[in-house]
Amino acid sequence: MIPLSWYLYLSALLFSIGLFGVLVRRNAIAILLGVELMLNAVNINLVAFWRYGNTVSMAGQVFAIIVFAVAAAEVAVGLSLIYSVYRRNNTVIADDLDLMKW
Amino acid sequence: MDASQVIFILSAALIIASAVMVVTTGNLIHAALWLIASLFGVAILYAVLEAGFLAVVQVVVYIGAIAIMFIFAVMLTRKEMRDKGPQVNSSWPVAAVLGLLTFGGIWVIFSKWDGLGKLPAEIAGGSNATLNQLGVALTSPDAFVLPFEVASVLLLAALIGSVYIAMNKK
Amino acid sequence: MATETIIWLIPLPPLLAFFLIVLFTNRWKALSHSIAVSAAGLSWLGSMIVFIRALGTEEFGKHIFASAINWLPTGDTFLKVGVQIDPLSAVTLFFVGWTVLMIFIYSVGYHNFGQPAGDHDHPGLPPHGATVTDEHGHSHAVLSVEPMYSRFFAFIGLFAFGMYTLVVSDNLLTLFVGWEIMGLCSYLLIGFWYAKPSARNAAIKAFMTTRVGDVFMLLGLAFLYSATGTLNYREIFYNEEVLHVLSTTATPIFGLTAAGLIGLLLFIGTIGKSAQWPLHIWLPDAMEGPTPVSAMIHAATMVSAGVYMVIRIFPLLSAGWVEGGALTPTMSFVAFIGAFTAIFAATIAVAQNDIKKVLAYSTISQLGFMIAALGVGAYVAAVFHLVTHAFFKALLFLGSGSVIHGMEHGVLHTGDHHVDPQDMWNMGGLRKKMPVTFWTFLIGGFALSGFPLITAGFWSKDEILADAFVNGHWVVFTTLAVAALMTAFYTMRQITLTFLGEPRTKEAEHASETPWTMTLPLVILAVFAVGYGWVGIPEHFPGLGGLLPNWFHGFVGATLLEEPGVLPFNWWPLVTSLVVALGGLGLGWLVYKDVKAGQRDPLENPLGAIYPFLKNKWYFDEFYAYFVVKPMNWVCEVFTPWMDRSVIDGILHSVARVALFIGGFLRNRIDKPIINELIGDRTADLFWNGQNIRFIQTGRIQSYLIGSVGVLIVIAALLYYFM
Repeated sequence: MIPLSWYLYLSALLFSIGLFGVLVRRNAIAILLGVELMLNAVNINLVAFWRYGNTVSMAGQVFAIIVFAVAAAEVAVGLSLIYSVYRRNNTVIADDLDLMKW
Repeated sequence: MDASQVIFILSAALIIASAVMVVTTGNLIHAALWLIASLFGVAILYAVLEAGFLAVVQVVVYIGAIAIMFIFAVMLTRKEMRDKGPQVNSSWPVAAVLGLLTFGGIWVIFSKWDGLGKLPAEIAGGSNATLNQLGVALTSPDAFVLPFEVASVLLLAALIGSVYIAMNKK
Repeated sequence: MATETIIWLIPLPPLLAFFLIVLFTNRWKALSHSIAVSAAGLSWLGSMIVFIRALGTEEFGKHIFASAINWLPTGDTFLKVGVQIDPLSAVTLFFVGWTVLMIFIYSVGYHNFGQPAGDHDHPGLPPHGATVTDEHGHSHAVLSVEPMYSRFFAFIGLFAFGMYTLVVSDNLLTLFVGWEIMGLCSYLLIGFWYAKPSARNAAIKAFMTTRVGDVFMLLGLAFLYSATGTLNYREIFYNEEVLHVLSTTATPIFGLTAAGLIGLLLFIGTIGKSAQWPLHIWLPDAMEGPTPVSAMIHAATMVSAGVYMVIRIFPLLSAGWVEGGALTPTMSFVAFIGAFTAIFAATIAVAQNDIKKVLAYSTISQLGFMIAALGVGAYVAAVFHLVTHAFFKALLFLGSGSVIHGMEHGVLHTGDHHVDPQDMWNMGGLRKKMPVTFWTFLIGGFALSGFPLITAGFWSKDEILADAFVNGHWVVFTTLAVAALMTAFYTMRQITLTFLGEPRTKEAEHASETPWTMTLPLVILAVFAVGYGWVGIPEHFPGLGGLLPNWFHGFVGATLLEEPGVLPFNWWPLVTSLVVALGGLGLGWLVYKDVKAGQRDPLENPLGAIYPFLKNKWYFDEFYAYFVVKPMNWVCEVFTPWMDRSVIDGILHSVARVALFIGGFLRNRIDKPIINELIGDRTADLFWNGQNIRFIQTGRIQSYLIGSVGVLIVIAALLYYFM
């Protein structure tokens, strides 16, 4: 039998890796890949808690499904944004998109 | 060490290794493919957790849609197939430290919790009954029909929005 | 309709006429004068109704018509204003109603309604005549209509409102309001022909002079209000306690009692308004206005308002006086001013050549009679003379206006515009040309002189003289008697020069009678000038006394708390009256009956050195010009600008210099060396900080994210360890 802690530690590790990816990668699409990793970590956490907690209520799984939907929407919009920025500036390097400053 | 534990360890290794490759590899197409591998591992975990529906949805939606979208986006935004230059920016030590701190912090918080060693209880009605219950939960007015419908509106908005943003407005 | 309601409504029609004419009907002459005359008619009707009802009320002095409203909240109580008709205001309402209506009707003809517009008439100048060509091609000049016709009616409407307000009011405050409205209208109407500089100056002079009186009157009102807490007639003048308190409170000024001082201050208002010496100077100059104005304002109503007010406050003046006893100091002062003015003005009138100026000085003199009567305590006599004087003086002024019109007709006929139509030396023989005017003027003149028995002036003047004599005031009696002699003399002089004898100029030969709108009022007023005297025949008069009851004495006497007693009859005042009246009339006729054109005044030689003084009004205007006007000009033009520039600006400049000095000191000696050294150059520090910190803002989202994740971890750790 797998104790709950294994799942939790796994999701924490995956989350941290995803966080590292977001903070470090230069390409904007790679940043979004990191975001996907983080969302998956969250999903693992949710489903694990559902299984090891109250399986009568479907709240855990429903939450995870909603997270799927949100992740899909977010990726769609994010990629279209990156694409439109690419069309304008011909670059997807996040460091070159530095207009939000003094 | 029984079968489920072995499966867990193997899939966990897959997940972590693929994730590390996602965040370090130079070639973005490779990064997207490593992501697909990682997502597969997550789907296996869902199956182990007796959330079969979610496992299938993970493969169909995440791998079949989102990861493919990533590959499309990578192709659309590249003049060449290979990046030049470093893939990580100059502050990666700081970010590594932060990541370690995050992991460490969460580990510390969890270790103080006493429900950690819990073992799974039996699912009433067998593991197949959960699908039925999930369907009911998603469409019943006392349950989660509202988030379900709102999520569909969200997807509609995202659809229209992304089309509009990326449209060639000539 | 209840009497009180009628009383409230009496002043309103002329006010309404004023607004209607000013706002709407200015362009249409017939409509304007119809509105004005009907308004005067309505007020007349209201006045007559109230008067008749007052006559029918038993013991009217005690049961007056009064109605008041709460007007100004003052703490727990209200200052009330309202209307009141007691016997005094009832008879005043009678003569005001009649004279105002007659003058309104007269003005229609005086301003030549129906005549063509003038050849070169300007609004602001008197009309100058129009050339009319008849069907044979003959052109001759006729009188032209006044260009500012409607405006005149608007102004006299406003004036009538002021007078009626003054008469019906029940307290000194609204009396003062009516007083001031009339003062304003006097200014507007004296300066009616505003393009004439002499008219403008006369208007300003009138306003300024009466203002001097009004300031003192306001002081008196304030004193009265602070001493008694009210300004209502009934509560002060009909109230034993209040009068007693006021007459026993001493004031530090001249040793007068409170009552005396208040009376004195209020009386000074009358000195201004009723043109008594020394504030008489405005009235002769006020003859610059059109004659109806002179009749109404400066004969019948406004100057009478001054006397009316003194009659009102008589209980205050006479507080502490008993009939037959010694006069209070204020009464002595009043009597002195009245008697002095009477004789002073009479002496000047004797040497005047302008027909209106004679009447102006005559008015001043007769007002002096009334004031002197009040000063010696002859209450009923003063009221009687007030009423009869209003009638015959209005008659005389309107008559003089008619004469001037006739003379202007003659001037237009001959075309010689250098002849002054108002100068009596250019007249003569007008009795044949203007008969109605002649007979009514004669009646008025006889009434003024006090022609025995048949004229009202005789009865009223005789009563004043009798009162003064019987109470032992010899000086006043003699002064008034001499003034009466001179009155009769100059009146007959005026009548003889104007109407009797032969015309002395061609203009007089071609004079003609004036239209009915001007002669009808003359006739009506003449009826009153004759008949009104018979309501006040003293009881003990030989022969006639007792035939008709002395209604006037009983009716008006009831206004006071204690009715004045009936005096015993004495032959001396009657004989004196007869002698001065008939003697003066006879003398005047004798001296002037054979005066020819171009002759000098027969009075010049006998009077010798005094004559120039009389002719030039005792040089009073010059006196004031030198001693009052010049110093004021110096103050305004020299002293005040100097004060302004040197003193006030000097203070400002020194303040500025001090401020600059302090500022410089603080900055250079304290701020810079001490504080700046202590704190150092803050801006450089700030700049250095800014330069170094600004690199946080990279614009790159990942560096921002690193920052936020770091902070998040720190906060989470803190929360975890401290929760």
